[in-house]
Amino acid sequence: MSPVFKLLAQRIALSLLLLLLISVVIFAGTMVLPGDVAQSILGQSATPEALANLRAELGVNDPPVQRYFAWLFGAIQGDLGTALTSGQDISEALASRFWNTLFLAFWAAVVAVPLAIFLGLLAVRFKDRWPDKLISGVTLASISIPEFLIGYVLMYLIAVKLRWFPSVAMINDSMSLFEKLNAIALPIAVLTLVVLAHMMRMTRAAILNVMQSAYIETAELKGLNAFQVIYRHAFPNAVAPIVNVVMLNLAYLVVGVVVIEVVFVYPGMGQYLVDHVSKRDVPVVQACGLIFAAVYIGLNMIADIVAILSNPRLRHPK
Amino acid sequence: MNRHMQYLASQAVAGKLSRRDFLGKAAALGFTAVSANLLLSGAAKAAGPQKGGTIRLGLQGGSTTDSMDPALVTNTVGLMVTRLWGETLVELADDGGIENKLAESYEASADAKTWTFKMRPGVTYSNGQDVTAEDVVKTMERHSGEDTKSGALGIMRGIKDVRADGDSVVFELDSPNADLPYLLADYHLIIQPGGGNDDPAAAIGTGPYIMKSADMGVRFVAEKNPNYWGDLGNAETVEIIVINDDTARVAALQSGQVDVIDRVPPRTAKLVDRAPNISVHSTSAAGHYVFIMHCNTAPFDNNDVRMALKYGINRQEMVDKILNGYGTVGNDTPINASYPMYTALEQRAYDPDKAMHHLKKAGYDGEILLRTSDNSFPGAPDAAALFQQSLSSAGIKLDVKREPNDGYWSEVWNNKPFCTSYWGGRPTQDQMFTTAYLSTADWNDTRFNNEQFDQMLVAARGELDVAKRTQMYADMSTILRDEGGLICPMFNDFVEATTDKVDGWVEGVPGQVLMNGYAASKLWVKA
Repeated sequence: MSPVFKLLAQRIALSLLLLLLISVVIFAGTMVLPGDVAQSILGQSATPEALANLRAELGVNDPPVQRYFAWLFGAIQGDLGTALTSGQDISEALASRFWNTLFLAFWAAVVAVPLAIFLGLLAVRFKDRWPDKLISGVTLASISIPEFLIGYVLMYLIAVKLRWFPSVAMINDSMSLFEKLNAIALPIAVLTLVVLAHMMRMTRAAILNVMQSAYIETAELKGLNAFQVIYRHAFPNAVAPIVNVVMLNLAYLVVGVVVIEVVFVYPGMGQYLVDHVSKRDVPVVQACGLIFAAVYIGLNMIADIVAILSNPRLRHPK
Repeated sequence: MNRHMQYLASQAVAGKLSRRDFLGKAAALGFTAVSANLLLSGAAKAAGPQKGGTIRLGLQGGSTTDSMDPALVTNTVGLMVTRLWGETLVELADDGGIENKLAESYEASADAKTWTFKMRPGVTYSNGQDVTAEDVVKTMERHSGEDTKSGALGIMRGIKDVRADGDSVVFELDSPNADLPYLLADYHLIIQPGGGNDDPAAAIGTGPYIMKSADMGVRFVAEKNPNYWGDLGNAETVEIIVINDDTARVAALQSGQVDVIDRVPPRTAKLVDRAPNISVHSTSAAGHYVFIMHCNTAPFDNNDVRMALKYGINRQEMVDKILNGYGTVGNDTPINASYPMYTALEQRAYDPDKAMHHLKKAGYDGEILLRTSDNSFPGAPDAAALFQQSLSSAGIKLDVKREPNDGYWSEVWNNKPFCTSYWGGRPTQDQMFTTAYLSTADWNDTRFNNEQFDQMLVAARGELDVAKRTQMYADMSTILRDEGGLICPMFNDFVEATTDKVDGWVEGVPGQVLMNGYAASKLWVKA
């Protein structure tokens, strides 16, 4: 068994264990919420019979451990239960919204990730000269402004004044890909501005770190030009931290876009979660929590796997 | 306006004269562009509604947790969607009276306890079935059953029995009620095939539109119902998009993505109105922002303390600063001119001297604590601060405690003795009083207990002589104004906006938001 394989297996097992622990935390967290679930669903005018019926329906009377395992095995089989408020099947309702959230995150990543890495490389190439300072300044400014404000400003300029792109990013199945991309142009722009700085600065720092090494000096003495040195010799060795920060930001694009979804009326998971939290729809909140946790853990796992695989000492053990 | 211009305008609307030529001729005759355009839109209204096209509404208040079942509708989006595909027996008319929908006519017995509604013949549901009196009976039963969650349950309580009699429906009431038609106009009481018992959320009804797609809390699309019996529904397609964010909703209107929006924030309404292609419409309504005192809890159990606080509030300042002028001053009664049988009472004004006089008379110098929260009404904490200031000018100290939004409606409202709150109003005075001021009311949030008031309320309910009844309601409002626990400084307007792509907006329609919920089927897309 090669050390790489062992490390990978360990890392994946760790992720699964972590997910299991988080599922316990999510379940326990919704258990200790103040107030009785049935009471908060039915409101003040609830009759005792209706409360009893609903409690039986929710299985509130069963012991917690039993309820947890019932929920867990359901979730493993893709059955997340039904929403209390609308009686809809949660898996079904979440599927299209999760897909929408991934759609937005994917296209935002397609724009933001290459741009961030390119700008990072550019900043390294012109270190401490005006392009470096300009890139750092602009990206830092955009990360410092709250995202809803960036959203409103872009909405006013691009949708209301110039009318280039719509301000309502509503997509549905009858639209072509081009129509969908047109609809989500503004949220993509905002998300790009939000995640760009972090990834770009990390790229810059990681590469500069490698640039101190002896083999870079060798490459320079070999007569390679600055760009070749950076992307042939420095970049591959700086991949691990860059991938790490890219994954963190991808996770943010999936999990942290609630505000943008509300501002641009995008039918993703964030809006769905917020609506159900305010109605105390516990099964939906649990399901969303579990999915978000899985996304985070999964992306971090991928980052670590890339880091392991990009380490030549592990790939070619003596 | 001279007759020649009006003739030209009608020619322009009929397409016999281009808009540019018309404006040129108008300018030659000395008319400004504004008045010429006004004339054009007047002529367009006179020419009547245009058919076809798509009307898109951007509305707040929808949620992914909503249901298509009319019994469970609680917000503006649900109201507007329900109005597209379904209809009630009768409806509130634009003049505040009652117009017939699925009922062709109705009559009451002399004691107002038995009501007979004759069904309109030849009306079919969107699935082709005929509408029967039996459907109406089953609908009413579904909304009043033991385990119903219907929002119309409170209305159905006074109905003892509903039965079909040939092509009529007969309602038997527990006690006389002259307002029954107003109650049956409630937007939850959509007549559905089989009463909607099989599939309440199927959206099968008799309305001017048929639902094509419904994505809760996101988007709804409806198309014209070709077999609709009435004359509603001008656009071929209606699209409703849920936009809960105020700024995003206004931007969607400004960028032309939607043609109609509701809830324009009063702070920015005047700015929005300045755009040449947008009109802001404000409609005075029955909703009111209030400060409520429990009449049975010290110090508010002393009417002089209540009067001191009523004289110590500056109503006009509240309307100007909290509603930015989009509202009207209140008079410590929940009733205003939007109600049928309204009588204007003498308006109470801010009077620091009288406020001090009443407080001295009460001999109270302890703490007066007002609780408030952001969600009790928009701007409530600011209103509380204004109240604090206007009272301190009268030498009265008010303490304000800000409570969290979460749990305000269960922990503070109808629980603590003095707090800020909001009432949406009801279709009739009887309903409003019965809901909140009858001593036995579920939501008697001022703990008002006045035997004379209770007796008058029951008597007025069965009084068919309008003049007598109007006087009774005036007396009841007077009792509330002078003895009640309600401080009502303001009634808020509905502030809504349309672009110039659509026409046909009627100002001042009573009832619900957006022309009583009929904006989508009464507006038309300009040719």
